[in-house]
Amino acid sequence: MKGTYLGEFEEVVLLAVAIRSGDAYGATVVTEIEQQMNRSVNLGAVHSALNRLGEKGLVTSELGGMTAERGGRSKRLYSVTAAGRRALQEIRQVRNQMWESIPTTVWT
Amino acid sequence: MKPPRHVPPRLATRLLHLFCAPHRVDELEDDLDELFRQRIRQVGVREARWRYVKDVLSLMRPSLMKRHLTNEYPEPTHATMIRNYLKIARRNLIKNKTYSFINIGGLAVGMTVAMLIGLWVYDELSVNRSFENYDRIAQVMQNQTNNGIVSTQEHNPPPLGDALRTMYGTDFKYVVMSSGTFETILSVGDKKFTKPGNYIEPDITDMLSLKMLKGTRSGLKDPSSILLSESVAKAFFGDNDPIGKIVKLNDNTNLNVAGVYEDFPANSQFSDVTFLAPWNLIYQATRNKDDWDNNQFRTYVQLADNADMDKVSAQIKDIKFRNGRKDSQQYHSEMFLHPMSKWYLASDFENGVSVGGRIQYVWLFSIIGVFVLLLACINFMNLSTARSEKRAREVGIRKAVGSVRSQLISQFFSESFLVVILAFALAIGLTTLSLTWFNEIAGKHLTMLWTSPYFWAASLGFILLTGFLAGSYPALYLSSFQPIKVLKGIGFQAGRFAALPRKVLVVVQFTVSVTLIIGTIIVYRQIQYAQNRPMGYNRAGLIILQTPTPDVHDHFDAIRDELKKSGAIAEMAESHSPLTNVFLVLPDFDWKGKNPSLQASLGAVKVSYDYGKTVGWQFKQGRDFSRTFTTDSVGMILNESAAKIMGFKHPVGEVIKAGEFLSNESFNVIGVIKDMVMESPYEPVRPSVFIINRRKGNFAILKLAPTLSAADALSKTEAVFKKYNPAAPFDYKFVDQEHAVKFAAEERVGKLALLFTSLAILISCLGLFGLASFMAEQRTKEIGVRKVLGASVFSLWRLLSKDFVFLVVIAFGIATPLAYYLLGNWLQKYSYHTDLSWWIFAASGAGALVITLLTVSYQSIKATLMNPVKSLRSE
Repeated sequence: MKGTYLGEFEEVVLLAVAIRSGDAYGATVVTEIEQQMNRSVNLGAVHSALNRLGEKGLVTSELGGMTAERGGRSKRLYSVTAAGRRALQEIRQVRNQMWESIPTTVWT
Repeated sequence: MKPPRHVPPRLATRLLHLFCAPHRVDELEDDLDELFRQRIRQVGVREARWRYVKDVLSLMRPSLMKRHLTNEYPEPTHATMIRNYLKIARRNLIKNKTYSFINIGGLAVGMTVAMLIGLWVYDELSVNRSFENYDRIAQVMQNQTNNGIVSTQEHNPPPLGDALRTMYGTDFKYVVMSSGTFETILSVGDKKFTKPGNYIEPDITDMLSLKMLKGTRSGLKDPSSILLSESVAKAFFGDNDPIGKIVKLNDNTNLNVAGVYEDFPANSQFSDVTFLAPWNLIYQATRNKDDWDNNQFRTYVQLADNADMDKVSAQIKDIKFRNGRKDSQQYHSEMFLHPMSKWYLASDFENGVSVGGRIQYVWLFSIIGVFVLLLACINFMNLSTARSEKRAREVGIRKAVGSVRSQLISQFFSESFLVVILAFALAIGLTTLSLTWFNEIAGKHLTMLWTSPYFWAASLGFILLTGFLAGSYPALYLSSFQPIKVLKGIGFQAGRFAALPRKVLVVVQFTVSVTLIIGTIIVYRQIQYAQNRPMGYNRAGLIILQTPTPDVHDHFDAIRDELKKSGAIAEMAESHSPLTNVFLVLPDFDWKGKNPSLQASLGAVKVSYDYGKTVGWQFKQGRDFSRTFTTDSVGMILNESAAKIMGFKHPVGEVIKAGEFLSNESFNVIGVIKDMVMESPYEPVRPSVFIINRRKGNFAILKLAPTLSAADALSKTEAVFKKYNPAAPFDYKFVDQEHAVKFAAEERVGKLALLFTSLAILISCLGLFGLASFMAEQRTKEIGVRKVLGASVFSLWRLLSKDFVFLVVIAFGIATPLAYYLLGNWLQKYSYHTDLSWWIFAASGAGALVITLLTVSYQSIKATLMNPVKSLRSE
């Protein structure tokens, strides 16, 4: 099921979009990921991931308001769709389930 | 102080622009920019620049470079704008119903005319084209010089075919001698039909690529066989297999049916050939088989694949001159090839040179079609520009909100195209409906070419042409308004010259209309003139029968006695030629005092004793043939033209010596009759002689008794003929009907001209009506004021009608010399033609004027009768 499979980087990008919701576009997503994960990210990787997420229907984009910063040009703002949110929650649930399945003896 | 502004690496930016999808490039650049500035603060310029380049490179991936194919943005430019144009156009059409009706109706009528003419022209041009070897087929024709006049004919001597084959065999694929097409009695058992057919050499089947339904093309090679057309085979044998059955020709030859071919297409000149019989039958029965002066047969050839039409034509020129008799060389016979492509459209010859023929009518009607369409386009132009004042504000506003002129031009074009497309749809309907009726007038079998791609291509071209023709002037004119002037309302002034183009167009319209009126009147006058020409005999109650079997001749006296006794006929005679043609034309008569340089060919009509009484010819001098004088068997009656050419003051008693064809006999002139019109009613009567026929005639001519009804007389006659002549069907023809056939072509032209003229006038009047109503509407206030000040209805009517009358008078002034010139040329074609009397022009002018006044008056009187209180109050 290629459509619903979420890659690791895609998950990170999707999370970043959710964090920056309302102000999520290429540059802010890059900054967010770099800050949170403390590693450098390529803009191209982010855009291509956003593209893929868009095709899977996990994010939508629309033209946002103009900013003086960007020379009066409007920018494309991304937001997480309901399906995107469900995908994130599912991943989290699966992780939680897995955490809970770890026998406590392992850590001691 | 501002921090120094750092610029990201230019090369990388350019790379981005080069490779990235255009719809994303701005967004990506902005992202890069933002990150660049952020990173300058965080990690320094060097690192930021480095990261910038890395980012750009990372963007070079297919998913981001892919061009967007479907546009996410709605494109507000063309579709929406055109939709708006069409909406405005539709509203305008609905708002001004009268104008819309005049525009669309007029254009539809004009297009219908153009379409009908187009179909007609297409059909005319495609005659004979269905034959595969169309380009390679020709007919051998010959020019002969007689008294310095070169005459052209399609009849050739019997030995020509073999001579062509032996002398120029390599130039021709096929050489085919033919009897020409004539009616023959075919019978199978008791079934008898008179059908037109051809005695022809067998190669014709390959030459015309006959489509055989049964049997093979080679069937005609057997000299005792016959090929039937599908329709004739059906008439005789129904659904039974006709192959091998016996068909009797003229009651003396039995032939086997060797094949059935698909009827020749209606628009080919072989369409009336319903059977093909072996040429040998007629050749063997021909006297003077080897006589090069016996011009009796037709010759068709197909060129060899590598031969050139003109070269071969030049080569065979002297074939008769060299092979024929020495004493015939005075006629300078010249043979030439008349290609199939010219048979139908260019069949007229003058002095041995092809001078066109029907192609002239094709041109004439094409021109008329274009003009009628032009008239309708002019209506559209005139009404659009006349009403421009109403659209002026719209143009002003559109310009003020930013329309440029080219947009306005396309707006008005889209309007005219809308009208043209509506009109075209209407015209297609009208054409389909009127096609059967038009076919009847034109004598054609036209159909709508729904499945032909050419038809649709032509239609599209036609729509574009009309749309541009009608729309260009209004589009350019209306879009040229200056917004400030028109919006102020004061600036728009229809000055003295604003209406000038409109007036010119009206003049053009009426020039065309008046020319067409004059033309139609003259065509009809010419037909009438020729119809009223004194015939020299009495056509009333005359019927004519072909008598191919000897029975009628053998029992002539018995039949005549019995018919006269029963009261069915007044008189009966035999003749070698029908009354509507002269079959025998002989060059070698001699008489006392004949000018040696005179080369006179005289018509020779061989008749029985009672011919004169039957047809009722009128004597100028002398007397009719009579059985009481035994010498009358070598008696001769001249017609006036013959007496004149012979130069006799008192011809009676003179001796005329005939040539070889009439056994060198001498004849005594016993009488002179008034000229009888036997051939073309437009040509002078051929000098002819009448002598007693001692053999069987080709025709029986009967004068029905005037006391009986035609039906009674015919049924009695039929009974007698059936008794004595059982082999032949009783196929009679009325002489006056046969004569009328000679006017068919001209009558057709007349009817078509009348039709198109009426439509042209209708269209012009529609336009005028529209203009007049516009003028009246525009001057409502002026009329109101004038009425208040005491103007009479008459003076107002005169005021409003004056302008139009003036235009029509100018048009008349242009049309008169034009028509005089054109129709003068046309009439020259006919030796016996009517004059261009002044009254025709006067009547046409007056007619046009009356029509104009009637059209205009409706509007002007309506305007003048309006209550001034109403017209002045409305604002």
